[in-house]
Amino acid sequence: MYKFLLCVRYLKTRYIALACIVSVMLGVATMIVVNSVMAGFGNEMRDRIKGILADVVVESNSLDGVEDADYHMQLIRDAAADDIEAMTATVEVYGMLSFEYAGQWITRPITLIGIDPIGKSKVGPLVDYLVNTDAFPTVDGEIDGWALNSAARTHRERWKRHREWMQQQFRADATLQGVPQNTASDSQIVDSSPSNAVPPFADTPPFADAAVSSSPQADSQTQAIAENDPFADDPFAGTGPAVATADASQPLEGRLYLGVGLVSFPYEDGQTGEVKTNMMVQPGDDVRISTVTAGRPPAPAHFYATVVDVFKSGMSEYDSSLVFCNLEHLQKVRGMIDPTTQSKAITSIQIKLKDYSRADEVVAKLKALFPPGAYSVQTWEQKQGPLLAAVEVESAILNVLLFLIIAVAGFGILAIFYMIVVEKTRDIGILKALGASSRGVMSVFLSYGLALGIVGSGVGVIVGLLFVKYINTIETVITVLTGRPVFDERIYYFPEIPTQVNPWTVCWVAFGAMAIAVLASILPARRASRLHPVEALRYE
Amino acid sequence: MNETVRMPVNHIQAIALEKSYHKGEHRVPVLCGTEISINKGEFVSIVGQSGSGKSTLLHLIGLLDSPDVGEVRLEGQRIDDLPTRVRDELRNRVFGFIFQFYHLLPELNLLENVLSPLMIRHPAWRYWTRRNEFRDMALHFIEKVGLMHRLHHKPSELSGGEMQRAAIARALVAAPEVLLADEPTGNLDAGTGEEIMELLTSLNEQEALTIIMVTHDPVIAQQAHRTVRLVEGRIELQQERSGATGHEISCA
Repeated sequence: MYKFLLCVRYLKTRYIALACIVSVMLGVATMIVVNSVMAGFGNEMRDRIKGILADVVVESNSLDGVEDADYHMQLIRDAAADDIEAMTATVEVYGMLSFEYAGQWITRPITLIGIDPIGKSKVGPLVDYLVNTDAFPTVDGEIDGWALNSAARTHRERWKRHREWMQQQFRADATLQGVPQNTASDSQIVDSSPSNAVPPFADTPPFADAAVSSSPQADSQTQAIAENDPFADDPFAGTGPAVATADASQPLEGRLYLGVGLVSFPYEDGQTGEVKTNMMVQPGDDVRISTVTAGRPPAPAHFYATVVDVFKSGMSEYDSSLVFCNLEHLQKVRGMIDPTTQSKAITSIQIKLKDYSRADEVVAKLKALFPPGAYSVQTWEQKQGPLLAAVEVESAILNVLLFLIIAVAGFGILAIFYMIVVEKTRDIGILKALGASSRGVMSVFLSYGLALGIVGSGVGVIVGLLFVKYINTIETVITVLTGRPVFDERIYYFPEIPTQVNPWTVCWVAFGAMAIAVLASILPARRASRLHPVEALRYE
Repeated sequence: MNETVRMPVNHIQAIALEKSYHKGEHRVPVLCGTEISINKGEFVSIVGQSGSGKSTLLHLIGLLDSPDVGEVRLEGQRIDDLPTRVRDELRNRVFGFIFQFYHLLPELNLLENVLSPLMIRHPAWRYWTRRNEFRDMALHFIEKVGLMHRLHHKPSELSGGEMQRAAIARALVAAPEVLLADEPTGNLDAGTGEEIMELLTSLNEQEALTIIMVTHDPVIAQQAHRTVRLVEGRIELQQERSGATGHEISCA
């Protein structure tokens, strides 16, 4: 009984013990906050990776692909029909994306993925990532993922009208002044580099952004028009010979979803300081894609395609490298359609499982089915192995480092306890004179340590959880106070800091802190228990 | 108890005690074959100069320390070589200590200090179930030493005399058989010391408590039944209260 009483009294009267409690509390709170934020980030990231990839991917090792998607799908279905929820065939190939913005051509390296939007949606949440589309539009009673929405159509329409107007002006101007149209023909040569698969009208450059298009590149011939028309300084506008021959308001055969990072850049509003995204390409614009054919040897292939929408998965790696294309068009461009059998080749099959926990078994089954030389079968985790492993290692190292903080708190407790034991030497002598056993005296100090640990980690858990709960408010306050954003949306794609509290982590941290507090008090407690009563009593 | 009051039973016996302390490399002998026997209900005072070993003798009798050579016997049974746990138990149940510097626990109030031997004796849950009974016991002894008005005061808020009376109440609440007092008046003025002595004398007379008191004040020592003088670790003189019929015991 005296143990508890003394313990509580020491806790109440030794203010130095508050230092122990605070250090334990800070350690625990920090660990909880950091772990929650790390888990939040990790989860968010996994969600996003998984959203773009699929549970399991069967890939051919060659970019040429393998023929007959249906046959492969049938093989897969035969092997693991019970586990598979959905499958879709895709073609993955490297390429380049070129588009015009502010009078210059911008080229980006991309990974081009030919998909069927409906099939892809069954495998992963594709439509959720599209920025301007909430659901695939229905055309003629059928869902068509590649149809332009009304905003994109309007954009295209307006652009077409503008181009026609430009054409007229240009012709009128040329005939009026009798100047040979060398500028036009020059650009025509540059621009209409024919692609074997693309109709000639496709070389219509995108009209990237009306507001920023007043580039100073206008040459002398268009200068006069520019005074009347803000769009007139685009030297390519209206120069395509195809405009007159085809209805430009109709989208091209090639359709794309672009990663948002490819065609946008963030900028800070000078007045409000808000971070905004400037789109260089709008849905409805045409862009140029360069890739390779599936021939032997591969030859370059180019085509123009209409941007249907941009997607934002939140994984910057994907958003700045992936371009989804309509599968059939890509197959056609790459020569993956056998001219005689009409059999279409594919490079990978994405599979969604009913139960992801069975992924390893499915992968094993499929690996047995497809020879490793020509195919690779991987879960999305294996595909993103290095990234996920890096995050895990990061998290583990961080935890070790943070636990050192609590260990430091432990040494603080050790030192402070030694002090308290020295201070209490006489009291220990009294207790022993009154019949307290060495073990009893030891347990006074051990339970004192435990009490410090419990109080410290209890308060730490509460503080940590509150911090996690209000982390975004706190972030805002800190941003306001320091004038520097702590959490920059330009770096992370999240509008706010993602957190996830794992109850086990919290328990583990709290118990770890308590254990450290008790461990730290063992040495002083042993010293206390070994004090000789007579010497302790004599101590002044 | 009453029937044994004046029976010449050897309650406490110290036989050929030797004890030395180490100061650095030197071995400093403190007790050198000290022999003493104390009867039940006797009030013995041990006098001697500083360093004569009187406190050490008291500590050895009270099992706070163990002798190098010799035996301590309680009612004929050797107790100094018992296992630590039993010795702890004996300290709690048989011996009551009173110290020169009172030695109350500064974090606890008077009532809690008085209760502390009972808290040590009983496991927490048993103490909790009997806490009212214990409280009444403690109040009884606090009343006896006249400190009912100071129940919830911390030791720092008490005067020296009050603290010593609280220490006596603490010693008594454990219902000891032997009260070991180490200069109980050494830190008090004459008047207060006299009060304490009166308290001890009355306890000895009324409760037939065996009291062994160490003091260097001959006037205080006079109030005991018997005075034992220690010189350099040996009993030099034993003196009954009535006269000076002491005899010497030499070191073996």
